[in-house]
Amino acid sequence: MKRISSPEGLETERKRILSARDPNKPCITVCTGTGCHAAGCYPVAEAFREVLKKNGIAGRIDLRNTGCHGFCEKGPLVVVHPQKILYQRVKPEDAEEVVSKTIQKGKTIERLLYEHPASGERIAREDEVPFYKRQRRTIFGDNGNIDPASIEDYLAIGGYKALATALLSMKPVDIIEQVKESGLRGRGGGGFPAGQKWESCRNAAGDKRYVICNADEGDPGAYMDRSLLEGNPHSVLEGMIIGAYAIGASEGYVYVRNEYPLAVKNLRIALDQATEWGFLGGDILGSGFDFSVKINRGGGAFVCGESTAMMASIEGYSGEPRPKHIHTVESGLYDKPTNLNNVETWANVPHIINQGTEWYRRIGTDGSKGTKIFSLVGKVNNTGLVEVPMGITLREIIYDIGGGIIGGKRFKAVQTGGPSGGCVPESLLDLPVDFDRLTEVGSMMGSGGMIVMDENTCMVDVAKYFMNFLKEESCGKCTSCREGTKRMYEVLNRITEGLGQDGDIELLEDLAFVTAEASLCALGGTAPNPVLSTIRYFRDEYEAHIRDKRCPAGVCKALITYRIAPDRCTICGRCQKACPSQAIEGKVKSKKPFKILPEKCIRCGMCYEACKFDAIEVV
Amino acid sequence: MIRFTIDGQEVQAEKGQTILPVALDAGFEIPHLCYNESVKPYGACRLCLVEVRKAGRTRMTTSCTYPVTEGIEVSTQTEGVLRARRLIIELVLAMCPGDDAIREMASELGVEDVRFEKEDKDCILCGLCARVCDEIVGANAIHFARKGSHREMIPPFEKEATTCIACGACVTVCPVDVIGMREDGEERTITRWKRTLKMKQCKVCGNYFAPWFQLEKFRQTANLPKGSFDVCPSCR
Amino acid sequence: MDMGRVESILKRYDYQHSSLIAMLQDIQAEMKYLPEDALEHMAEKLEIPLTRVFRVATFYGAFSLTPKGRHQIQVCLGTACHVRGAGRIVDTLERQLKIKPGETTRNLRFSLDTVNCLGACAAGPIVVVNGEYSGEMSPLKMEKLLKQYQKTKKES
Repeated sequence: MKRISSPEGLETERKRILSARDPNKPCITVCTGTGCHAAGCYPVAEAFREVLKKNGIAGRIDLRNTGCHGFCEKGPLVVVHPQKILYQRVKPEDAEEVVSKTIQKGKTIERLLYEHPASGERIAREDEVPFYKRQRRTIFGDNGNIDPASIEDYLAIGGYKALATALLSMKPVDIIEQVKESGLRGRGGGGFPAGQKWESCRNAAGDKRYVICNADEGDPGAYMDRSLLEGNPHSVLEGMIIGAYAIGASEGYVYVRNEYPLAVKNLRIALDQATEWGFLGGDILGSGFDFSVKINRGGGAFVCGESTAMMASIEGYSGEPRPKHIHTVESGLYDKPTNLNNVETWANVPHIINQGTEWYRRIGTDGSKGTKIFSLVGKVNNTGLVEVPMGITLREIIYDIGGGIIGGKRFKAVQTGGPSGGCVPESLLDLPVDFDRLTEVGSMMGSGGMIVMDENTCMVDVAKYFMNFLKEESCGKCTSCREGTKRMYEVLNRITEGLGQDGDIELLEDLAFVTAEASLCALGGTAPNPVLSTIRYFRDEYEAHIRDKRCPAGVCKALITYRIAPDRCTICGRCQKACPSQAIEGKVKSKKPFKILPEKCIRCGMCYEACKFDAIEVV
Repeated sequence: MIRFTIDGQEVQAEKGQTILPVALDAGFEIPHLCYNESVKPYGACRLCLVEVRKAGRTRMTTSCTYPVTEGIEVSTQTEGVLRARRLIIELVLAMCPGDDAIREMASELGVEDVRFEKEDKDCILCGLCARVCDEIVGANAIHFARKGSHREMIPPFEKEATTCIACGACVTVCPVDVIGMREDGEERTITRWKRTLKMKQCKVCGNYFAPWFQLEKFRQTANLPKGSFDVCPSCR
Repeated sequence: MDMGRVESILKRYDYQHSSLIAMLQDIQAEMKYLPEDALEHMAEKLEIPLTRVFRVATFYGAFSLTPKGRHQIQVCLGTACHVRGAGRIVDTLERQLKIKPGETTRNLRFSLDTVNCLGACAAGPIVVVNGEYSGEMSPLKMEKLLKQYQKTKKES
């Protein structure tokens, strides 16, 4: 029975675990985050297991499946310890060589090392790779060092020390003071001061309190919370237990999005282990504090990320938000005082307790302390999850860490904050990333999605994409939101079909006003942001669509034509073969270049993809 | 007693009331569609928006759901409120251009045309029918289904509403009168919910006065003996 | 659907109303959809109105009231995938299968759905067929992948 019943017992156990581990023992860590999963990491892990077994060295070399390392573009990722050599795009057939060459002979395998795109230099150490070098991986860094299904791994890196300190050396009000002083703001999108929320909840009248972890992560393109829950679930739990103690809550819920089965699985394992070891349940670490956590799976509704809708969902209802003049910290889940925070917010708490507010406040800007994890995706070279101090500029994130735009194309905009956010143009690339600065320019931090767009992204199409999303995800209760998002989509769709009219921009602004002002919750309240920000910074694109019936980026099907450049056509016929609507005329090996018939062309782009000679252009 | 102002005028209200009924009683005209004093406020139509100033902060909110609070300043005719109202009624009119009640309300607010593609819906999704059916009648026969632009008010599986007792409460409360009830001899039909029930005849006067199904439900709920509803209310 | 299986799911959650969504998820996982009689049985046994069960069953995107196809195709329409051209992959599938997202082919062979974000943005556009992820997809690659499933005569 492993149950630990005191802080002393915890440290004894930690010493025992560490003494059985040799930091110099060779260890192969294989990233098994979802991105690497899609890239095929499990066959790689299997291959390593086979190699170690075959050579009878499984006892001398550790093999560990870890959570997401963040550098998703280069997966499957493997890091060889203790040298911390990073290998990227590893294939199962590489396993043999990694073991024999790197581990046994101490030599690196050039072709698997990260290659600097400009200098061609091969970089071996993980922390020297530019992608990682500029980051500050306080919260996310441990993902690469632990097996999420092993609580012992978590203890080995100092896990649950903050919990012991909080429960046995601090009073609840002191914990709240510390969190307030740290300046921690909610990482889910609202950016509300966490300590203040905790205090209001603690002070609310009532006999029972709840804490909730919002893991609904509905913003398309954002997957930080998922990777944190999959890769280091105990860090989130530890934060929740500390928070529950400070607030006086006896029960907690983790509401996980339906589309995250691995996160649910790893969280369940962590909950079971934490309970077994005494970090959850009754009389935690001998403090007299009882606390238990349940997992609640979402049913597939973006609106359930909104706190009152989430609580309705946990109660077993459809996710319709409730009136906001009733504060959930006073009357939330089952009408009891409830404190809801995002996954990343909870994960910050143990660090604040362990290292103190002075340390925490040194990171970030005046208004936004600490670090933030972003999902850097879209038309950027190094897509993945990055953790940076608040205050770093967009330029540094996109170019120094992200490696710039794919294919050397021109940067156009970066979309932050998901469907509630906006697009930030090139002129603002030196904007320091922080809650208030992003809001000032018409976007918002949101949960941390950062979608990079290039010259071939149509901003009107982007606005239309978000409106399509929102009109489907609106709960539908408020006329202003349900009809507002629907009609904004309708106008944007018309514009992209070449049916835009003078006055459409003003019409969109009218709809934006009523949707934002008249709706009950933040879904409607922020729905117009993608439209308004693209009108603000890319009005010329709207006008090109409306007045000239032209899509400058070459995206909107109704406004573009595919054309075969006769001088580049090799008369191979690939395009004709790929065309689903018999819109290309020509004969293979004849003297005449192929030709696209515009009246039959459905602008599907298959010919463009099929042509190996760059002979097809979009006009 | 809670004292506050509406458009500069002092009003008094009881704790627990919301702004809208107090304002209407005091003679202020605030358009509304989904509010009915017999059921809990819902806040779906958004027409009853007002601006509320409290502790130095002003926000736009639905007056039907906002609880009266000491010292708040309510404004019902600000530029923002009027603009929002007009846009909302335009959106409802675009949804249901055939509803006379909506056309009338729109006209009163100065909205004659819509700038969007007209749909041909008739239900304005105010939810009053379901709210009355749940809160007062207790039959729970219909409710909202789906979400977003696909939200509708339907019986389960869009089939006949099998727990409907054909009392007609929903028909009465519907602001746009799109539910419909008709009686053909011994049958009563609630048109929209495809519910047809056979009516019971009074043992004394011979008139059909209520559906069998409904009377049975009442008798069972109130634990009354058989034969309790053999005679109609007029003859009793 | 055999009501015994529904009953065991209700029992699993102690007949708690608040677990309604979890119960529906378990039924959907077993049956690949939510049969009408299962929902009626739930309302009866949980002693809640059928309208409430129906409302929840139709509100959440995870649930389907009609049977899914033998091969379930999901195209990620997250922003990153959209920007990389996921929309054209949906167009290709609509053209080939002659159904729209949310629908199933009449022979119950294929269902097509769009998903909001699968969280594998680095490898986008992503298409998932029967739980198997395929990254860096394109209209041509989708046609090829579809042919593989159209060819198989045996059960998947």
